[in-house]
Amino acid sequence: MTEAAAAHAGAKKLGAVLLEVENVSLSFGAVQALTDVGFAIREREILAIIGPNGAGKTTMLNLLSGWYGPDKGTITYQGIRRPRMRPHEAAALGIGRTFQNVALFKRMSTLDNIMTGRNLKMKASFLDHALYWGRAEAEETRHRAQVERIIDFLEIEAIRKVPVGRLPYGLQKRVELARALAAEPTLLLLDEPMAGMNSEEKEDMCRYVLDVNDEFGTTICLIEHDMGVVMDISDRVVVLDYGRKIADGPPERVRKDPTVISAYLGVTHSPA
Amino acid sequence: MEILTAAFLGPIADMIAEPLFLLEVMIGGVLTGVMYSLVALGFVLIFKASGVFNFAQGIMVLFAALTLVGLMERGVPIWLALAITIAVMVVLAMAIERIVLRPLVNQADITLFMATIGLTFFLEGFGEILWGSNVKKLDIGIPDRSVDVGGVLINTFDVNAAVIAAVLVAVLAVLFQRTKIGRALRAVADDHQAALSVGISLTSIWVIVWAVAGIVALVAGIMWGGKSGVQFSLSLIALKALPVLILGGLTSVPGAIVGGLIIGVGEKVAEVFWGPYIGGAIENWFAYVIAVAFLWFRPQGLFGERIIERV
Repeated sequence: MTEAAAAHAGAKKLGAVLLEVENVSLSFGAVQALTDVGFAIREREILAIIGPNGAGKTTMLNLLSGWYGPDKGTITYQGIRRPRMRPHEAAALGIGRTFQNVALFKRMSTLDNIMTGRNLKMKASFLDHALYWGRAEAEETRHRAQVERIIDFLEIEAIRKVPVGRLPYGLQKRVELARALAAEPTLLLLDEPMAGMNSEEKEDMCRYVLDVNDEFGTTICLIEHDMGVVMDISDRVVVLDYGRKIADGPPERVRKDPTVISAYLGVTHSPA
Repeated sequence: MEILTAAFLGPIADMIAEPLFLLEVMIGGVLTGVMYSLVALGFVLIFKASGVFNFAQGIMVLFAALTLVGLMERGVPIWLALAITIAVMVVLAMAIERIVLRPLVNQADITLFMATIGLTFFLEGFGEILWGSNVKKLDIGIPDRSVDVGGVLINTFDVNAAVIAAVLVAVLAVLFQRTKIGRALRAVADDHQAALSVGISLTSIWVIVWAVAGIVALVAGIMWGGKSGVQFSLSLIALKALPVLILGGLTSVPGAIVGGLIIGVGEKVAEVFWGPYIGGAIENWFAYVIAVAFLWFRPQGLFGERIIERV
């Protein structure tokens, strides 16, 4: 994995700024979840957001994907300052995401789950289906082919027809990634993609994340607790603590940052 | 004991003695059953997509029929009146989404259920203000007489109604099973959060579903109204949909269809063959007996999802 990561880092060319967060604050009642946070994500970058529990990482991801609107501050996406929007509108702009506690359609098959990811790309309307059956059917077949490519890519051929509620957790996470990829996102937000996985599953997932980034040029912003993983795959790390940004930079620098270390380990005031 | 034997065995002997008559009764039951299915389908569609048990489905049947008749009484030609009524049901769906559902997102199911009770009162009053409360005759030009087919009497209106209902049910089944909208609908029914993340708009799905339920209500209203006049009691056929839903399961489209047929045939056969032995008029309550019997053995319904709970 380290080898792959090294090769990946060497060949990489970052593009222009894709998304910029400036002075964003958000509170829920008396809880100040985020305070004046600002950072940028560049095209084709893998950015990790880390921080202790309750630091505001998931809140930040929810802001980027339109689940919340900021109280203060701006989000600029693809050069346009974003108005308040709803999640399905963010999805239409090419922002795909996965969830910390896997949000899949449990009663639908793997294939159907991934097909929902292509819903936005499908043009045929209710009326087309009623009046021009053939054309709508041809479109369905085309999208199906696309989905099969993703199934191939993530190596989940064997579970194509299985209702996802019956799959083990690690595979569910993979199906969720497949569904997000089916929408061909420009920016992919992953909320703890490796949580609850064993080391083998983690390695697989790391490989997929890197491959998605390499092959499709997808910009990725992920939240992860496993520091080994973060240091291996990310180009840059943003550290949040108590809703504030305390560090932002390449992994090796962030790892040595004393503020980050104290946020994670607590400050020792006197030798124990 | 003798009475019991007579009550149980008598009807069966009657059936065997007159197979043609039994067939006639059963066909009558199937034709009525299709119409029950149609009303039940309105419930199932809304329950699947939004998890709401729509108490207002019955009044929507009445409201749609009233609107159609009201327009026709004012001299609007039938096709135009039909188009306008469909438009009214679509607008109604949008209004319900905006005014009732959207402010109640993430509330408990019981809250949404209560909201639909409120909706029932509103539509009842609104319909009366607009179109008056007297019984109206609805004539849509389908002949209503009995025809002899190989010794079996069949009512032409019932046949027409059943065919129309069957076509509608088939079209809906295909659209909801095999299209993008169908997939989006199942997605919304399964997980709101996940549906939003793939760019499905909950609001537009709700509008589509309520509009389709409104159109289904209109068709049911035309058929039932054409048989027995458009009046308040029309909204009570929704009560007949309840045993159908218990039989078929609240979430199953095929369940609504099969359930409707079972109830239709069951109550007709019971009325004609058992009725005379126990004093008649059992058609009105026999459906509930069937439903209770089903609850005993399959609480999730014929096609409903099995209830599995982790202990």
